[in-house]
Amino acid sequence: MTYSSVLIQFLNGLAGASTLFLVAAGLSLIFGVTRIINFAHGSLYMLGMYVAVWAAEPLGFWWSVPIAALAVAVFGAGVEIALLRRIYGAPELLQLLATFALVLIVKDFTLWQWGPEDMLGPRAPGFSGAVEIAGRPFPEYELFLIGFGPLVLGALWLLLTRTRWGTLVRAATQDREMAGALGVNQKWLFTGVFALGALLAGLGGALQIPREPATLLIDLSVVSDAFVVVVVGGLGSIGGAFVAALLIAEIKAFCIGLGFSQLTLVVEFIVMAVVLVLRPWGLLGRVPAPARGAGGAEPPLEAPSPAAIGALLALCGALALVPALSAGYTLVLLTDVLVFALFAVSLHFIMGPAGLHSFGHAAYFGLGAYGAGLLLVRGGLPMELSLLLGPLAGGLGAVLFGWFCVRLSGVYLAMLTLAFAQIAWSVVFQWDAFTGGSNGLIGIWPAPWLSSKTAYYYVTLALSAGGVALLWRALYSPFGYALRAGRDSPLRADAIGIDVRGLQWAAFSLAGLFAGVAGALYAFSKGSISPESLSVPRSVDGLVMVLLGGIQTLTGPLWGAALFTWLQDAVARGIDYWRAVIGGVVLLLVLAFPQGLTGFLRRRSAA
Amino acid sequence: MLELRALSAGYGRAQILFELSLEAKPGEVVVLLGRNGAGKSTTLKTVMGLLRTRAGEVRFDGQRIDRLPPYRIARLGLGYVPEDRRIFTDLSVMENLEVGRQEPRAGAPHWTPERLFALFPNLGRMPERLGGRMSGGEQQMLTIARTLMGNPRAVLLDEPSEGLAPVIVDQMAQTILALKKEGLCVLLCEQNLRFAHLVGDRAYVVEKGHVRYAGTMAELEKNDAVREQYLSV
Repeated sequence: MTYSSVLIQFLNGLAGASTLFLVAAGLSLIFGVTRIINFAHGSLYMLGMYVAVWAAEPLGFWWSVPIAALAVAVFGAGVEIALLRRIYGAPELLQLLATFALVLIVKDFTLWQWGPEDMLGPRAPGFSGAVEIAGRPFPEYELFLIGFGPLVLGALWLLLTRTRWGTLVRAATQDREMAGALGVNQKWLFTGVFALGALLAGLGGALQIPREPATLLIDLSVVSDAFVVVVVGGLGSIGGAFVAALLIAEIKAFCIGLGFSQLTLVVEFIVMAVVLVLRPWGLLGRVPAPARGAGGAEPPLEAPSPAAIGALLALCGALALVPALSAGYTLVLLTDVLVFALFAVSLHFIMGPAGLHSFGHAAYFGLGAYGAGLLLVRGGLPMELSLLLGPLAGGLGAVLFGWFCVRLSGVYLAMLTLAFAQIAWSVVFQWDAFTGGSNGLIGIWPAPWLSSKTAYYYVTLALSAGGVALLWRALYSPFGYALRAGRDSPLRADAIGIDVRGLQWAAFSLAGLFAGVAGALYAFSKGSISPESLSVPRSVDGLVMVLLGGIQTLTGPLWGAALFTWLQDAVARGIDYWRAVIGGVVLLLVLAFPQGLTGFLRRRSAA
Repeated sequence: MLELRALSAGYGRAQILFELSLEAKPGEVVVLLGRNGAGKSTTLKTVMGLLRTRAGEVRFDGQRIDRLPPYRIARLGLGYVPEDRRIFTDLSVMENLEVGRQEPRAGAPHWTPERLFALFPNLGRMPERLGGRMSGGEQQMLTIARTLMGNPRAVLLDEPSEGLAPVIVDQMAQTILALKKEGLCVLLCEQNLRFAHLVGDRAYVVEKGHVRYAGTMAELEKNDAVREQYLSV
């Protein structure tokens, strides 16, 4: 690498950092004040891109940028008023779920409005040429972006430190309740902050259109980049977001410059993992003050009564009888339901009783699926052995990733689990020779004696029910009680001799193993695996199931999994815009039942 | 001016206040006395709307405020100084004051940073100091000054003497008497009987969320039985 190419890569990195910073700063601001992690922030960016391309046609690029930014800001304010205001009191995870539902709705809206094709934006008039830097041409527009990022940083800094509004925002970031008791109307402050965050995202998207086409896939990729930046920089720190955006964008630019472009995905998440392990609160973040007025201990997880156990056994019996009554599609759907029930129960095992909010549980599901598939296809093992040994890949993955994850808590833990899932996904996605890359693996069929739908259904029923029973049994062992003690009061649990971290690690690994079982069962039921099985949306599916069912209930994940799998199947087959429908249903459920379905039903019956 | 009628409140399943009633008038310092966990802080938080009222009512100037959000209550001219100070540690002294600022209010003293710095000379020497870099006593001054910036007609003070050096405690007492002289209504929680005697006109003794005794500070001083039963440790 010559000096001039290093310089060019460095400048490329700076230009990339600017838009990344705009998105991450908005995300960070919104989190700081509202404590909501806005999963839909990438969707706001995407909207900014599409609106800008659309408006640039008649009005020209320079008009389209502010129009897109303002349009997205108005949309953001509307979302805050209509949706988020109703759920500020809800548990963190449900808020995330609601913003994920928005991702689905915005994606389908964009698809409906602008179609599935990528949309190319215009060049920026006045900055469409190139200048010569160190003997190489360098686009003028990139130089404009390099200057624009620090400009926005300066403007934000002035806004936050030199205006009354900014002072109130900083006060509310630190202690919302106290600001309220001093007469600060949080409602409009929150709306304003959300609109500002949306404006920054929209602006980032609009400014990106001369560099890359608007696509429907940009939302999740941008939001996971922004997560990384915000977490690396420190949640709520605008300066940290700027530093981290520079760091991440430079690393990416140099990976591409050195010819390792496939590494970019992995590298940024490795950076995040390293930063989080060394500085768990980010480069410029600070250890968060203990949450004020938080609910404290969760309600006890009551052991099922003999009647309830009887009812569950009866349910198993009934499920065993289904093949006698019906075949074909019902069995296929029920097999899916059983697989996802085990997946959801394994996720619930760490989320509810252990209090570890994982956003990347699909990693272990997918590792189990790929473990089984690879043992069969590449290892040449018999199917039965592959099915039994494959899940160990999920378990080992969880042992490895879990060691890092249990060192963190809350939002940071969620982001780190997401990062590891993304690493696993990108390895699988890019390792064509071994995993089949984006095409995945095919020809993963059960052994002949299990090849009928009925036989495989029984195998799935036995393994899923067995897995669920084992996990539930563990919850009522001393191990399970100690886990809950560690969740409700880590310090006190430590003080009475419980190794909280060790137990959480064990729980994480166990949950990964059983997610792997679900994954392996899934692989053989479909005959193929694709990288989708460990993607972010799959992780979110699991979250939706658990949260639908109610996180502090025992059997909730079962009903959540059944309802979600059925809903997805029914809707996806019949409706073009099924994502929006699912998003809408999830939103309605979150608004109507902030404690989950089972929690709601229990409250009803208690009242 | 401030009136609590049969107020009940609590956290989760635990009820803390049981039909608690009391009142405080303008220019009067009323002290809530009681041991740890008696429900003193809970009373103030409930009045301020930080905790939901389960039953009973709170009236401020005759208007019911028990269903209002805290910011509306603050804007009616009721100030709240929390027990743990809750200074915005990332904000400077001036910025902390700015957060508390409200428009001047008829019938209430009008406070400016200059007037407050005259009342708390320590703060006047460090207007740009970050809240997190101040001593406990300075933070206690700041939290009161911040509340006064809202030009309140009544203030709720949660254990203003707690954790302060004796000389600062005396200063705090002088401050409260100065507020009283301005015509403010002051309702404060205390465990420190000596401090209560320095500033209080009337007292309510609270135990397990019930008012066990009400009377003037002078009467309480003579009533050994009540002091013995509800206050001594």
